Amino acid sequence: MQYEAPQTLDAAVALLADARGAARVLAGGTDLLVQLRSGAIEPDLVVDIKRIDELKKITAEDGGYRIGAAVSGAELGEHEGVRALWPGVVEATELIGSTQVQGRATMAGNLCNASPAADSVPAMVAADATARIVGPDGVRDTSVRDVATGPGQTSLGRGEIVVSIFLPARPARSGDAYLRFIPRTEMDIAVVGAAVSVSLDDEGTCVAARVSLGAVAARVLLVDEGARVLIGTKLDDDALQALAAAASAACSPINDKRGTIEFRTDVAGVLARRAAQTAFERAKG
Amino acid sequence: MLDKTKDPVAERDFKVVGTRPVRPDGVDKVTGRARFGADISAPGMLVGKVKRSPHAHAKLVSIDTEKALALPGVKAVVTRDDFAENKKQCDVLRNIMAREKVLYDGHAVAAVAATSATVARKALKLIEVEYDVLPHVIDVDEAMKPGAPLLHDDMITKGVDPEPETASNIAQRYEFGHGDVEKGFAEADVVVERDFKTAAAHQGYIEPHACLASFTPDGQGELWCCTQGHYAIRGFCADLLGMDISKLRVTASEIGGGFGGKTTVFLEPLALALSRKTGRPVKMVMSREEVFRASGPTASTSSRVKVGATKDGKITAGEAEFRYQGGAFKGSPVQFGAMCAFACYALENVKTVGYDVVTNRPKQAAYRAPGAPMAAFAVESVIEELAVELSIDPVELRLINAAEEGDQSSFGPTFPRIGLVETLEATKAHEHFSAPLGPNQGRGIASGYWFNFGGATSVSLNIQPDGTVALAVGTPDIGGSRASMSLMAAEELGIAYEKVKAIVADTASLGYNEVSHGSRVTFASGLATIEAARNAKKILCARAAKMWEIPEEAVEWVDGHARPAGANAGDFEPMSLADIAKVAEQTGGPISGHQEHNASGAGASFATHMVDVEVDPETGRAHVVRYTAVQDAGKAIHPSYVEGQFQGGAAQGVGWALNEEYIYNDDGRLENPGFLDYRIPVCSDLPMLDTVIVEVPNPGHPYGVRGVGETGIVPPMAAIANAVSAAAGVRMTELPMSPPKLLKAINAKKANGSA
Repeated sequence: MQYEAPQTLDAAVALLADARGAARVLAGGTDLLVQLRSGAIEPDLVVDIKRIDELKKITAEDGGYRIGAAVSGAELGEHEGVRALWPGVVEATELIGSTQVQGRATMAGNLCNASPAADSVPAMVAADATARIVGPDGVRDTSVRDVATGPGQTSLGRGEIVVSIFLPARPARSGDAYLRFIPRTEMDIAVVGAAVSVSLDDEGTCVAARVSLGAVAARVLLVDEGARVLIGTKLDDDALQALAAAASAACSPINDKRGTIEFRTDVAGVLARRAAQTAFERAKG
Repeated sequence: MLDKTKDPVAERDFKVVGTRPVRPDGVDKVTGRARFGADISAPGMLVGKVKRSPHAHAKLVSIDTEKALALPGVKAVVTRDDFAENKKQCDVLRNIMAREKVLYDGHAVAAVAATSATVARKALKLIEVEYDVLPHVIDVDEAMKPGAPLLHDDMITKGVDPEPETASNIAQRYEFGHGDVEKGFAEADVVVERDFKTAAAHQGYIEPHACLASFTPDGQGELWCCTQGHYAIRGFCADLLGMDISKLRVTASEIGGGFGGKTTVFLEPLALALSRKTGRPVKMVMSREEVFRASGPTASTSSRVKVGATKDGKITAGEAEFRYQGGAFKGSPVQFGAMCAFACYALENVKTVGYDVVTNRPKQAAYRAPGAPMAAFAVESVIEELAVELSIDPVELRLINAAEEGDQSSFGPTFPRIGLVETLEATKAHEHFSAPLGPNQGRGIASGYWFNFGGATSVSLNIQPDGTVALAVGTPDIGGSRASMSLMAAEELGIAYEKVKAIVADTASLGYNEVSHGSRVTFASGLATIEAARNAKKILCARAAKMWEIPEEAVEWVDGHARPAGANAGDFEPMSLADIAKVAEQTGGPISGHQEHNASGAGASFATHMVDVEVDPETGRAHVVRYTAVQDAGKAIHPSYVEGQFQGGAAQGVGWALNEEYIYNDDGRLENPGFLDYRIPVCSDLPMLDTVIVEVPNPGHPYGVRGVGETGIVPPMAAIANAVSAAAGVRMTELPMSPPKLLKAINAKKANGSA
């Protein structure tokens, strides 16, 4: 196995594009190293992107924030601006792994690992975040929703790297939240994840919403019906019940060692409802 | 809380015993210097790795090692052909290396020694194994059914009269009890009968199995490994390799947890065989996945418990059937489960039956009070339900029926002095007992019993010329025992704790020592340490007598000094241990004390645990919010490590109760061989685990010590199940009470309630 740690994006793209066998990008490595150690993957080339300066930055852009692919969860969590604008995305990212893992793990890595249970992804989807991708054919932007195509599968082409995540500007009186269910209190993988983002008008009525679920389908879901039942309400009990029902209805989970279909479907509704309440409280300020 | 009674042992005024000094191995452990199993290296060392079966059950048709051996860097491969048949260790032999069949996912089929881990891994892939896959069975009840896939064609159930004519997966039937349970149930006003299931739980030690073996051309072997019993490892290995016991020296490393799971061999004979074949040292370390797939978890179980009582709470009969699967070979701990099930109660009529069953899972290994926690989970759940039905406080119900000195135990012998009642009284007196509960919270209480073993023990105590003491014990320190031994030696000799340095000696240095198990170390090695110190004191007194030119009987040892026993003996300035040690060369040479014995007089330890659990009724998640463990320690030599044992048992019990389980897929492969999906509790899952040490002295030990290591895991699952059931309003009878199971039960109750 060849390990490379280039200092420029061009060099990284060239290495990946020219790779003969299987190639992997190493950001935080909190998934990749586990897969390497267990023998689940045996890449011929690993390209470490942590030495590329531009990928290690968080920059303000158009009222939002661009988060480099090599920014760790711990760094994100210490960024006042992102915390204030998208608290749900930050709390989701900070849930990944442990304190030690937080020093390495990245949002972009979490996205590209393409696990349906990734914690930061539902929050990014609810935030309508965009992934910037650089490859042999240049730069393109795509919705984070379109990066993972199935468990462990992405839409990235040969030599393409997600270089940053863009969290857009949002109106005043907006809030987001992410909740996940794990049997323990930390260091676990979501059995269900739910993210909700809402914007309110001056009367406190919901005027925009996005609801996203993780670990209940082959990909992270955007639940349009969940948003629809919130918009125009003040998140009263009926609206929240309708949200829970819509979230449960959107699920197409599997039975596995972490949970049953029945359990995931039930709990998705509960978490969507609870996340919406928190997002609503945050939006009210 | 100390329950000082009139016992002279309890009244004894200890000087250092009962204090909390820093452990001798503490600094090395917190600075990372301590050498654990994988930290041992040798020049020219090879790396050993194991090829394991992907099948739960298959005939092992052929193993072709030719391609692996041809790989540059590969020095040797061993398979079943490298180990001779061994009648005495028939099952151990087949467990460390499959012979006729593979019997579980992860069963070893070959091992390779190579110049690097990378080469060894490649070599494993080049070993070609032909399997003839057979139907398998994982669940204990399924395995007992007629027509279930048979693991061993020759397994005829023992303990059944007449002996069965056909083979089955039931290795043995056990029965314990006395009186007439039918008569007892006829006298009962209330009878509760329930079925229970518990999942296989792994000991979850953080340190994986590891060893370094070195075999010289003249047939001598050395082995360094993490183990709870290096003498036992020596015995197994010498047997399996066909060598003299005296030619194999085993040194125990520091141990990163064992809990019973490091009392047998897995890698050690393979490493020795590879070293013998290559003439080079061979190091082997299991991955976490290997630990889960191929070392021993404890049994999964299925049981039925029936208890009857009169209106005023007197239990008239207790009956139970326990079915434990212990993996691919006989030896599940069902016997202990059946013995301990009703041990807390003085019953006129009691009967327990146990079945030891084999399934296509790894061979179980001991796990902290082996067999007792599952039985206690079942029995103590029924006791709780009985308390609710009778409207009697659960502690009162236990007090009404509690076993005491002079009662015949449910497994036969009459109890000597025991401390169950004292733990129940201490529970009742604790502030936790009457603290208010929050919404969705429930409180659960359960008691538990575990034996305490003595066994073969050998200790050597050397008085050094500067007045310090080197204490060599042969029981690996799995819970702070070097500190406890040093305290007892210091107490007996009348010197400071800091003057004693305890080590765990290798197998060549002391007589045979049984494994550190059965809660025996502080009791048995402690007893031997005290006796060794007393023997040394005799010599110290004799040396003083010699210097004073008076008879030996005229010298006594008081407060760390030899002094004339009375006015008639003469007028001499008392001599300290250091004074005598300094001139030992002139008075007859080095001074040592030894003790070699089979320790008897072990005293049982009872515990009562009380726990508050909060249940999220919408997700089925149970969270332990308060925990108090009360246990009889006899005499706490080092109270911090006694409390640590109580807390450790409770923490492991929380995991077993709520989330830990071996999950198999339809092909019989383990689905969760790692700490991500085999969920032991993390720190934030636990509240402060409060402890209360009750001290009812064991009459069989000079300081009153009872072993405390294991009892602490007996009550937790029942206590937590009782708390969860109270909080959720549904009776949970299956472990683990994981969120999907609990939510399903809550929703089912809601559906029934609204229907």
